[in-house]
Amino acid sequence: MVDVAPAPPEDLTDPVTEPLGPVPDPHADESSRPRMPWSARLLLAVPVAVLTVFFLGPFALMLRTSFYRRVQGGFYEPAFVLESWTRLTSEFYVDRTIFSILACAFVAAITVAVAFPFTWYLTRMRPRFQVPLLVLLLSALALSEVIVAFAWDLILGRSTGITNVLVWIGLMSEPRSYTPGFVALAIGLAYIAFPYCVLAFYPTLSRIDDELVEAATTLGAKRGAVFRTVVVPLGRTTLVAGFLLVFVFTLGSYIIAQVLGRPEHWTLSVFISDQAVFNSNIPFAAAIAIFLTVVSLVVVAITSRLARQEVAS
Amino acid sequence: MIARLPRTLIISFVMAFLVAPILVVFVASLNANQFLDFPIEQASTRWYQELFTDSQWRTAVSNSLTIAVASAAFAVALALPMAFVLHTWKPRLTQVFFALGVLPFMLPPVISAMGALVLWNEIGRIGRIENVIIAHGVFFSTIPLITISLALRDIDPSLDEAAMTLGASGRRRFATIILPLLVPSIVTGYVASFVLSLNEYIIAFMVAGFSVETLPIKIFNSLRYGFTPTIAAVSVVFTAISVLALSVLARLGGLEKLLGGSVTER
Amino acid sequence: MPQTTTRPTPAEAAPELDTPGRGGLRLHALRRSFGAVRAVDDVTLDVPAGRFVSFLGPSGCGKTTLLRLIAGLDRPNGGSVVLDDVNITDRPAPERDVGMVFQSLALFPHLDVRRNIGYGLRIRSTPRHEVTQRVEELLELVQLPGLGDRKVTKLSGGQRQRVAIARALARHPALFLLDEPMSALDANLRESLQVELRLLQQRLGITTIMVTHDQREAMTMSDVIVVLNEGRVEQVGPPLEVYRRPRTTFVARFMGTTNLLRGTAIDHHVVSIAGVPFDLGAERYRIPPGADVTLSVRPGDAELQVTAAADVTEPNSLHGTVTFVRDLGGTTECFVDCGLDEPVVVLGAARHIEGVHRGDPVRVRFAAETCTVVTD
Repeated sequence: MVDVAPAPPEDLTDPVTEPLGPVPDPHADESSRPRMPWSARLLLAVPVAVLTVFFLGPFALMLRTSFYRRVQGGFYEPAFVLESWTRLTSEFYVDRTIFSILACAFVAAITVAVAFPFTWYLTRMRPRFQVPLLVLLLSALALSEVIVAFAWDLILGRSTGITNVLVWIGLMSEPRSYTPGFVALAIGLAYIAFPYCVLAFYPTLSRIDDELVEAATTLGAKRGAVFRTVVVPLGRTTLVAGFLLVFVFTLGSYIIAQVLGRPEHWTLSVFISDQAVFNSNIPFAAAIAIFLTVVSLVVVAITSRLARQEVAS
Repeated sequence: MIARLPRTLIISFVMAFLVAPILVVFVASLNANQFLDFPIEQASTRWYQELFTDSQWRTAVSNSLTIAVASAAFAVALALPMAFVLHTWKPRLTQVFFALGVLPFMLPPVISAMGALVLWNEIGRIGRIENVIIAHGVFFSTIPLITISLALRDIDPSLDEAAMTLGASGRRRFATIILPLLVPSIVTGYVASFVLSLNEYIIAFMVAGFSVETLPIKIFNSLRYGFTPTIAAVSVVFTAISVLALSVLARLGGLEKLLGGSVTER
Repeated sequence: MPQTTTRPTPAEAAPELDTPGRGGLRLHALRRSFGAVRAVDDVTLDVPAGRFVSFLGPSGCGKTTLLRLIAGLDRPNGGSVVLDDVNITDRPAPERDVGMVFQSLALFPHLDVRRNIGYGLRIRSTPRHEVTQRVEELLELVQLPGLGDRKVTKLSGGQRQRVAIARALARHPALFLLDEPMSALDANLRESLQVELRLLQQRLGITTIMVTHDQREAMTMSDVIVVLNEGRVEQVGPPLEVYRRPRTTFVARFMGTTNLLRGTAIDHHVVSIAGVPFDLGAERYRIPPGADVTLSVRPGDAELQVTAAADVTEPNSLHGTVTFVRDLGGTTECFVDCGLDEPVVVLGAARHIEGVHRGDPVRVRFAAETCTVVTD
């Protein structure tokens, strides 16, 4: 070490060599987050309490009620019986469940297949064209499920529907009714799910830089190839998330299934309300509801796992 | 032009697909006949008049509007403090609280409906409009929670710190700096909840459907038991309200940004 | 009291001090860690009232953290902050008498210029006419008269900066803090604003602390520079002194290009560099013989002479070959290979280094008073 004689005195900023009076040492905690005052805790506690009482609480109640015994006349008495749950495992309900899952998966597939390229085109448009389309989309979203069901009932019905136009053109010999039926159900479900699907794809697809597309084009890729090789891989996670979104969404649909589908097309959601309101079988309805919740939660969990992967990558 | 065929096809198809029901309902509402013909032979606005004179329809509209206005406010009242506290202090259980706030909307509405039904049965107060308001408020609170949380994330943290150095306490900072900057997201959350509440069927039905008839409930009932084009007229009016509300949102600007897109000029 | 003027200041009216002598700041043993990282590591500093001090250092050196500790936006893990003999360490920012300009300027976008500037006063429930008056005063001060009703989003970069300054000064704070205030501006604007800000500070006589990574900016504006590295104070002093007499190799390098000559002490004030004795002056240093020594000499202090006499050993000079000549217009920079690890850099007026070309044998002279001993 070099021992150096002191340099010429500095007059302006000599370091202080002794502290001025007592030196307090505020909490030595290393955390950089400020402590939460009590007013903030309260501010958080109230909504959380409301949500717990009015959302979580009912789940506990539903679970408990699902074990109650149903009594004729629309009541139920406290008990612990498994009749609701065993009924759920009967062939009829297993069939219904499988149908629900398959039908919703099918609708999800076709919806996503159309919505994904549509959203891609949408995000490449200038705002002038984009905004009206978005308003159209949101308007479709704003339509009540009842109105949607009613409208498609009209369109696909025999006396009022589109088949009349086809007959008039000459493509068909006589008008037909497609409703209620699987086709109508699928169309109705796709209609209500479509806007949500677009909204789910929008953020990711709009973030794909134009320059990426241009780069691919200069490398010789034509439009279709650009879409296949650039957009789809980048939007892969969103694609799956969109699929799952539509899946859960259609699984929960009630009106469309009732209006546009025949009884063999009813989804679990229809059964829940049907049992609860029209059969007054609350315990059974509760059991189905819990079951549906579990299925939905599993799907939601998968989606968020995938979303986190996307964020991490 | 050929190269753009897929694009043109898909966009045209989607537009036609989306517009079709709206168009059909609109046309059907103008049918002078009692019955549901298509195409219509004679146009009339009498069903719109009936909508406004029939007391049952008016009650249904009033119920729906009351529930929508109140539940959307309730949803925002739940979401705003939650979003603010979670963002500002980031307590340890933030993820859990946020999940709690988001979960109602993620699950099929019939589940919330069933839960609410069981709850109010248990409490013993059934069939009241407050039940629906609370149920809708809780169910839709996710929307303002998300819009407000996103907006909070976009606020430059230096703004709050600058206000600190200027002597403002936490309360003053919230009132004078944060809240004004959150107004767009609050309005968006409110309008979205409002529109969705107006159109919501299953929760309203299961919670109080036999005593409080909202518009969707009445439409659905009318569909089953006796049909008049009034239903179509109602649908048109209803949709018009929703579209109006959404257009206000679009006008507030940055619709693309609102939906989470990136704001770049093309 | 020794002379305090370190550089000439433009002629001007006597300073209008708000409150003479107010704003003396003392930091003692200040510490702030984030997990394992010591952002501020035992900093002790004395800032006299009315001075312009720069916290200078590379990114990550802790200068911004230190500023935030002074502002009260962050709490230290240890140590104290004392302002005008009052210990304010435990006071949160709203209770400290500071005005701060942030890097992003942090102007409230929903308020116009007037309301931004008057914000701090309105918080204090100052009567409206006083607020109006003070805002007008400040608009004059920062040369933005008449822009009071403009929305801040409609201002240019330079205008926004002035509003930020006005807002910070509105409440006559004891300390004026700036966190890299010029970083959002383009180069031309930056230089003119540097001078303006300095003049403003002198006029008001307010204790000012500015964080910057630009040593030219620090040298332009400061009375005192505090050089920070990895959370510690490396050197404190007036700009020219920090430049001419760096204490460590870090400071020497950070303040600008420098020649670092490594050698061994052969006497109390003589160092052998590549076999050549360098006399540093008996009254300046007292070094134990045999110790490793590094000298720092600024390129502008070294002298160049074209000569072929390589065998003559002249003290305080090195012989070498020119490897590169850079013509900078008014000045010329020469890189000379003297057999050391790095080439020696000589900067001089063009007319003094005329006619020097690559490959020329030259002698580089380092006058005793320009050589500074630095530690690593």
